[in-house]
Formats: sequence, structure tokens, C-alpha cells
Amino acid sequence: MPQDWILGLLGGALIGCAGALYLLGAGRIMGASGIVGGLVDGTARNTWAERLLFLVGLVGAPVLVTQIFGLSPATNATGPGAVLIAAGLLVGLGTRLANGCTSGHGVCGISRLSPRGIVASLLYIGAGMATLALLRQAWGLI
Amino acid sequence: MLRFGFSLISGALFGLGLLISGMTDTKKVQGFLDILGAWDPTLAFVMGGALVPMALAWRWTRGRAPLVGGAFPALPAAPLDRNLILGSLLFGIGWALAGLCPGPALASLSFGGAQGLLFVAAMALGMRIAPALRLVLDRRAAKA
Repeated sequence: MPQDWILGLLGGALIGCAGALYLLGAGRIMGASGIVGGLVDGTARNTWAERLLFLVGLVGAPVLVTQIFGLSPATNATGPGAVLIAAGLLVGLGTRLANGCTSGHGVCGISRLSPRGIVASLLYIGAGMATLALLRQAWGLI
Repeated sequence: MLRFGFSLISGALFGLGLLISGMTDTKKVQGFLDILGAWDPTLAFVMGGALVPMALAWRWTRGRAPLVGGAFPALPAAPLDRNLILGSLLFGIGWALAGLCPGPALASLSFGGAQGLLFVAAMALGMRIAPALRLVLDRRAAKA
């Protein structure tokens, strides 16, 4: 679709506003992997309620919008279950080892010119591009 | 209470932005990473759109405090370490395999079907065992 980039910019601006509000209001970095990871590995301690509320908003807002406007968006996540499981494990392990993902290192890190955020983002984008170049374009596997 | 309000509204705006931008569509994310295929630049516009308000927010933090009190997070001291590099590489491979990263995987939970659930469950498991992996890596590094 020709207007994809406009929706991208608009949605991106909303994501940036979400991160700005979380920073200026709550004094926290809006990193999806950090917020969930703390709940999963038990390091959240006395911050579990605010993390849970963030997740309620993150999961719940799309529910509201798709119901109100009668949308049925698709993730188009096909592929064998084994690939999805491997992907999930790698994303979970990798983001927690690196202490951040596309929102924490990407949106929040790059915007403050954090060397860690910039290097992490270059590495995960580079690794992602190399993965598809090999597995899809060279070997036709995914 | 104020802190809880910021959490809920930030999460909701984040989810809305991910949905509108098309980042919950794994084809668009893989399309961006697939530079040798039919390249889809949408993700770059999303990142660009997000960086502007976020950079303004960081500028605004100078000499101020968060509305709930306390202090803004400091820039991490250790610039680059092995865990950051290894973790980011592993994350990038998984990101490309499924076209999902943590935010969009959660934002699409209500409409992503069994595939979405499977990915999120595996991601949670990966996050659960990450501290153990970190411990092993740190021990090996200390011995070397």
C-alpha cells in the first residue's frame, strides 16, 4: 500500500509519545523486554503492579481498537511451530542478555545517543538482515 | 496511583502505535530485514517517527525530575560488553525468524492466534532462563 509509510510515521510518533510519557511521567525507560522480563524472572519485586498495568495497556488497547472499528489485523506469522519456538527462545534470551530490545535500546537508547543502544540496534538489525539473506534468499528455508 | 496511570496509558499508546504502524504484521518486519528481497522500508519510518518525540523528551529531562518524583535513569556506565553484543546478535536472529520482537508480540496477542501464543510462551521461557545463561557466561569469562 502506498500510504504504509504515513501510517508508519504516525504509529511511530505514538510509540515515541508513549516512551516520552513513560520517561517524563514515571521516570522509566519504556523497554518491552525489560518490563516483561522482570515479571518473568522474578526481579520485578515491588514494581510488578506497574509492569502488569503497562502490559494490560499494551495488550488491551489493540483489543479495544479492533473491536470498536471492526478491524481484523493479521500478524501473518506462519511457518512451522519449531521455528516460532526457536525464534521466541532467541528473542527472550537475547533481549534479556543484552538488557533491551527494539523499544529500549532502539527507541529510547538511540534517541539519547546512548552508545549501548546504538551498538545493540546495529547488531540486532545486522543479525536480522544476515539471517534473512542466508535462510530466505540463499537457502530458501523460511 | 499516578505511576500506575502513566504505566497503563504508556502501554496503551505503545500498543496502539505498534498496531497503526503495521509493526504487528510480521511480513512488514521481515520485509524490512530482507534487504535482498522485496525490501519494505516501513520500519525505518516507524523508528524515525518514534525517535523525534523521544529525543525531545530526553532534552526536556535536563535539570528536571519525573512527575512521580525520583530521578531520571542515568546513561549506563559500561558502554559495551560481551553480553550486550551476544544478546543483540541472538535477538536479531530470532527477530528475523519470526518477524516478532517483544512489543509487537504482546500487542498482537489478542489477534495473533496460536502462532502468537506459541511465540510469546517461548519468549517468556527464554527470558526466564536468561539469568542462568548470564551466570554461566560470566563465570566462564571470569575463569578465562
